[in-house]
Amino acid sequence: MKARVTVTLKQGVLDPQGKAIEGGLKSLGIEGIGSVRQGKVFDIELTTTDRTKAESVLREACERLLANTVIENYRIELAE
Amino acid sequence: MKAAVITFPGSNRDGDVARALRQAGATVVSAWHADHELPHGTDLAVLPGGFSYGDYLRCGAIASRAPIMDAVRAHAARGGLVLGICNGFQILCESGLLPGVLMRNANLHFICRRQHLKVARADTAFTGRYHVGQVIDVCIAHGEGNYFCDEETLHELESEGRVAFRYCDAAGNTSREANPNGSLNNIAGVFSEGLNVLGMMPHPENLIDELVGGIDGRGLFESLAAA
Repeated sequence: MKARVTVTLKQGVLDPQGKAIEGGLKSLGIEGIGSVRQGKVFDIELTTTDRTKAESVLREACERLLANTVIENYRIELAE
Repeated sequence: MKAAVITFPGSNRDGDVARALRQAGATVVSAWHADHELPHGTDLAVLPGGFSYGDYLRCGAIASRAPIMDAVRAHAARGGLVLGICNGFQILCESGLLPGVLMRNANLHFICRRQHLKVARADTAFTGRYHVGQVIDVCIAHGEGNYFCDEETLHELESEGRVAFRYCDAAGNTSREANPNGSLNNIAGVFSEGLNVLGMMPHPENLIDELVGGIDGRGLFESLAAA
């Protein structure tokens, strides 16, 4: 089973990298960009086919390593 | 004073901090990230600077889950001393031994230069050889030293006197201009609740010899050696 975990900064946490990317896009002359916040994507191959088990494995992975929950949120998506 | 300096894959300041501790009179032994116990009789566990695991994922994140960190946590819980410098501070935050997190420097640059710090308190095992308000001249060398925590934690750190050092100018002003990386309240180092764990971004181990520009870093290691 495949899964995608997305880790993003919590609201209110300053994101200097996102700001720099935002500035980069604007300096390219790409119009219509309001603001940018950056994050991380993890594509994960799971050995289980049980969705409930997969979710609990991924939640543990996020809580213990993939995200720093002081500043980051995570979202888990399982492939259909 | 027996200090165990822990080497993680990618640590590169372990030799320097060991030298600083020996110069101050401490006995220094090595420990390895994959060990499950600290060397027998360890008084102080040291997490040195460097780039553990190439700073992959988040600085210090992978090292903070190393087997030795359970032993460091147990040592700290018993009241044992723990010092984390630079990457070591990042590891301590990631491991939950210290609150907060070190984010990308506000100006996005890796900053490597001399930096003044103001000593916030002198009644700890780490800072006994300094005096309150003393301005020391050490070094910083980091890309992710921007200390951040939530408001409640910041209030707790400030009201409990758990800020160890603040970035300042040569005159001791902890102004916005003297803040190299955007850290909240110019925080350069913090103590744990029991004052037995210290994490700091600057490198006192760089300034222990007149030959290389100053000895303001010695106070920290001499304090520890006498603790």
